[in-house]
Amino acid sequence: MKHDRGEGPGGPVLAVEGLWKSYHGAPVLRGIDLSVEAHEVVCLIGASGSGKSTLLRCVNLLETVDDGTIHLDGVEITDVRADPDDVRKRMGIVFQAFNLFPHMTVLDNITLAPRKVHGVARPEAEERARELLDRFGLADKAGAYPDRLSGGQQQRVAIIRALAVRPRLMLLDEVTSALDPELVTEVLGVIRELKAGGMTMILTTHEMGFCREIADTVCFLDGGVLLERGTPEEIFTDPREPRTREFLKSVLDARRI
Amino acid sequence: MSEVTWVKSERQLQRERLRRVRAARSGTIATVSTIVFLGVLAAVVTGSPGWPRVRDTFFSAEAFAKAWPDVLDGFWTNVTIFLIAEPLILVVGLLVALVRTLRAPVFFPLRALAVAYTDVFRGVPTLLVILLVGFGVPALDLQGAPRDEVTLGVIALTLSYGAYVAEVFRAGIDSVHPSQRAAARSLGLSHGKTMRYVVLPQAWRRVVPPLLNDFVSLQKDTSLVSTIGVVEALRQAQIYASSKFNYTPYLAGALLFVLLTIPMARFTDHLAARSQRRRGQ
Repeated sequence: MKHDRGEGPGGPVLAVEGLWKSYHGAPVLRGIDLSVEAHEVVCLIGASGSGKSTLLRCVNLLETVDDGTIHLDGVEITDVRADPDDVRKRMGIVFQAFNLFPHMTVLDNITLAPRKVHGVARPEAEERARELLDRFGLADKAGAYPDRLSGGQQQRVAIIRALAVRPRLMLLDEVTSALDPELVTEVLGVIRELKAGGMTMILTTHEMGFCREIADTVCFLDGGVLLERGTPEEIFTDPREPRTREFLKSVLDARRI
Repeated sequence: MSEVTWVKSERQLQRERLRRVRAARSGTIATVSTIVFLGVLAAVVTGSPGWPRVRDTFFSAEAFAKAWPDVLDGFWTNVTIFLIAEPLILVVGLLVALVRTLRAPVFFPLRALAVAYTDVFRGVPTLLVILLVGFGVPALDLQGAPRDEVTLGVIALTLSYGAYVAEVFRAGIDSVHPSQRAAARSLGLSHGKTMRYVVLPQAWRRVVPPLLNDFVSLQKDTSLVSTIGVVEALRQAQIYASSKFNYTPYLAGALLFVLLTIPMARFTDHLAARSQRRRGQ
């Protein structure tokens, strides 16, 4: 029986080198280098507009890069000859706005990619989906349509949907930002569970406490530059860069109000 | 839940009494104004100087009874044309709309063809398309080309309406939020599978009302094929009208078309209501 994650060769799962991206001439990413090891949880923090989400979208090839390379398991995915569909099969991405398919039940949302992309037979795909739903406390929602679920439930389904294809790497983009505070907890619980299962993840978040708890590595982005990278201890207790200190202070101040 | 029972307050009871009074008053006003309106309309029409002649030429019960079987017979031709053309139009429209979503360079000629097709056939009046196809295709004298007027009429209507329906489909496809496409693509679904499983099912629901609207219009436009010699309801009525100098058969034809389109309109409402319920309103 396979695990949640696909297995690959040794070396970093993801290697981003010298990544540049701009929209209509405005640079969003300016020479990003980032490498992610197997089972590592990397947390991207930074102000809005610092390029966190764009970085994830580039990694998922939802955006074409202006310069630089991205390697997944040692294979360059930014090669113009690379098949984006094939790359995305090995990655799961979860968006801030859930983006569940409104015309499908929860079960169909989850089994769509396994059945139609990975060629898994329906009974098998459904069995796995029910297993995951059960594990994340949503067993009774299999037949429901997304609009009948709370935001927290929808986001958990979105995570399960990404998980159903046993991705090598999970990208979580502000997955709790659109949720009411009391619903954030249940989604964070799912991410904790993923970490316990050894999933390699990159996540962007505004929840600093959670970031500190879950991350192996924290990266601070500022104006499209990866300014500082370190363990949560290093970043949160003794940041090197004045910009990092400033950002963390403003976030903590905002919390106090 | 705690044990709290609700007894309507005096204020609420008073409010409900007032609402009932107002509802009754609204009903009375609506009834009276409708009667007055219809009465005035009838008075104006029957009071007009030409009314006796109109009554004889347009509302003759005898002519109606005589022409009805023939007009009804012709009407089945309209229904047949409609039933054959409708699925063909759906297929053509959907294909053209889908071709326009293809981005790969190899499909450029197809895409250009689709754009040219919608531009041309939306621009040319349906009646002209029917005349051009109806008289032009047989004149080519091609082996295997259809000569039967009904077939030619179906082809012409399909060409004309296919262009409209393609645009309806395209609007529906564009109306599905890009984030849905991004979500599907990020799961590894190809362009084709994203269209088939994610975009089209959502687009389909949104285009049903405008599509049915086009089909109501198509039902009426089946009468245009009378110009190339198909003896359908309008033609039958015309034949009768010109031989007996009585226009009542036209009214019979109109009645048949209305009887066909009203169920279609109610069906549209039904579908809209169902999708509302499904969305959990």
